Amino acid sequence: GAESQKPPPGKWWTPPFDPRFPNQNQTRNCYQNFLDYHRCQKTMKRRGKSAQPCEYYFRVYHSLCPISWVQRWNDQIKEGTFAGKI
Amino acid sequence: MAHPAQLGFQDAASPIMEELMYFHDHTLMIVFLISSLVLYIISLMLTTELTHTSTMDAQEVETVWTILPAVILILIALPSLRILYMMDEITTPTLTLKTMGHQWYWSYEYTDYENLCFDSYMTPPLELDPGELRLLEVDNRVVLPTEMSIRMLISSEDVLHSWTVPSLGVKTDAIPGRLNQATLMTSRPGIYYGQCSEICGANHSFMPIVLELVPLKHFEEWLLSTLE
Repeated sequence: GAESQKPPPGKWWTPPFDPRFPNQNQTRNCYQNFLDYHRCQKTMKRRGKSAQPCEYYFRVYHSLCPISWVQRWNDQIKEGTFAGKI
Repeated sequence: MAHPAQLGFQDAASPIMEELMYFHDHTLMIVFLISSLVLYIISLMLTTELTHTSTMDAQEVETVWTILPAVILILIALPSLRILYMMDEITTPTLTLKTMGHQWYWSYEYTDYENLCFDSYMTPPLELDPGELRLLEVDNRVVLPTEMSIRMLISSEDVLHSWTVPSLGVKTDAIPGRLNQATLMTSRPGIYYGQCSEICGANHSFMPIVLELVPLKHFEEWLLSTLE
């Protein structure tokens, strides 16, 4: 039945509901988490701290953002043409 | 899937679609009742020798045929709004699946864990096996677990498309540069078909969607075997 179908807790993870983005258009949810991951990495590195907490943002954008978008943004970051503020 | 000369909806495979079917039946019944009443009255009007040329007013019937339609509209609006809000209920999904529309195929990305991506092209009619459905089958089906709330994120890599599965009551536009969210919740296992629902060029009619809904264990096995 439905009970036996429940996934074992901790095994199945996907980004939870984010009240900042409650509607159908989730574009900003993906983009914001991508930005937040890179900003977190940059700040933690600057302070000499572990970037472990930044992993949450990575998991969220990795789940939500289309791979082609992420590739394009990463290329832009490498080239220095990424439009977002990191 | 749809059957030849089908008039009604496909069998519902999700709770929302069931609700939509009940609402449709309810509203269509009202429509049939009103239409038959009007048709009957017209036939009465056209088949009488009686005349009445001195009508000044008709306050009573005017009141009835103002109040009654308002009541009928309320009887339609209340279930409609109930379903509208039901569709917007916030659930915590257990899985996220992305789909990107292309000219002329869909690609799917399961990236909660590893990166599982594949394209899904329509099987050309000449390559169909006996018993397979023309213009509906694909080379790689979208395998998903039943009875779990799945977050669908739909976008496009080129022009507008629309990702549709009628038996689940899902239709969401695929818009380049935009990530549209839909929720999938299937009550029972099975194979569910849909077709691109936004004109996108020469092969718009030839980029179908096929979902293969299986129990969770089978989904896990499929995930592991496909990742290799």
